[in-house]
Amino acid sequence: MIRVALWVLGALLLGGIVHLSTVLAMPTAATQDAYSRLSQRTPVNAVVPLPAASGQDATMPFMDPAFAVAVCRYDLSGGTLKLHAPLSQAYTSVTFYTRNSVAYYAINDRAAGRRAIELDLMTPEQRAQVPEEEDVTAADRLIIESPTQSGLIVLRALAPEPSLMAMARRALANAQCRIEPLPAAQ
Amino acid sequence: MRLFVSSCLTLILAAAIGLGATWFTLTRGVAFGAMKVGAWTAWPKTGSVDIDPYARATIARTGALPIGVGDGVAFFARTDDAGNALDGRCTFLVSGATPAARYWTVTLYDPQGRLVANTIDRHGFTSAEVVRDTGGNFAIAVAPRARPGNWLPSGGVEQFVLVWRLYDTPIGVASLTTKEGPMPIIVRMGCS
Repeated sequence: MIRVALWVLGALLLGGIVHLSTVLAMPTAATQDAYSRLSQRTPVNAVVPLPAASGQDATMPFMDPAFAVAVCRYDLSGGTLKLHAPLSQAYTSVTFYTRNSVAYYAINDRAAGRRAIELDLMTPEQRAQVPEEEDVTAADRLIIESPTQSGLIVLRALAPEPSLMAMARRALANAQCRIEPLPAAQ
Repeated sequence: MRLFVSSCLTLILAAAIGLGATWFTLTRGVAFGAMKVGAWTAWPKTGSVDIDPYARATIARTGALPIGVGDGVAFFARTDDAGNALDGRCTFLVSGATPAARYWTVTLYDPQGRLVANTIDRHGFTSAEVVRDTGGNFAIAVAPRARPGNWLPSGGVEQFVLVWRLYDTPIGVASLTTKEGPMPIIVRMGCS
């Protein structure tokens, strides 16, 4: 009897290890995460508007249909990224996700405080290469560090009423993200 | 021989327990740090780098992009205030106050996060378009058939989910305290 209990206890412990390791492995093993879904329909390092979420055919689940959405799928291997997002009249936000859909930074129009959200995205290694004096002179330059080399930037513009959706989409149509090649190593 | 059989049984049992627990937690959307107000639950940490491993696994599996903490916070409701499941064949009244936010939206989804098709192409309301009475209060009727006022069609689906998103709000960003402020109440009015 005690023997059986010991075997069952062993199975429980082992089961716990299996459970934890599968949960931890899921983000790297998933094939239907947001980045994978978007890599099938968006080019890299360009702002692409997403079609309006409707009925059964949405790019991702739980999208807010009151928002016009555009995505920049980035890859920083070729240099740093410059993002320019003009603000719509109602509410605009920009959220940065890692390759595994972790939201590591978000900024909205009020926090940006200007007529457009402008910032530079780079990996910690690229940040370390930015010359010191340039960092000081461009004090108002907003620099974001990306924990992963690739990821997603999601731009959202609110249409407070359905009739204003076209305006929100137009605002996002002028958004840009482009790679700035790294200066040659000195 | 007995040792071999016992080991095999143990390994099979361990795999069943482990994978079963993973499947169970990921399909239920288990996450830590839940903020509960009435029928509504939000997980503000899911929109930050402090996201827990369960929420990470869930979003990787479903393909969702959680709302970032600098952007806003999303409250999910799967039942009404009395604990009844949100059934699309019943009528629910959503009314009351909302916490401070520059804008809010409320959206109706099926449990997989897809919008529910309906004839008037209405999937939710924003704080700017919802019709209010003279006191500034609002009531939204979630019902399968047309209603006067704010009608949110539920399309008669077996189960639906309401998501209340607050944009540019202090909730979840600075606070993370228990002082969340009020959320609208959900009451079942009757079933057809």
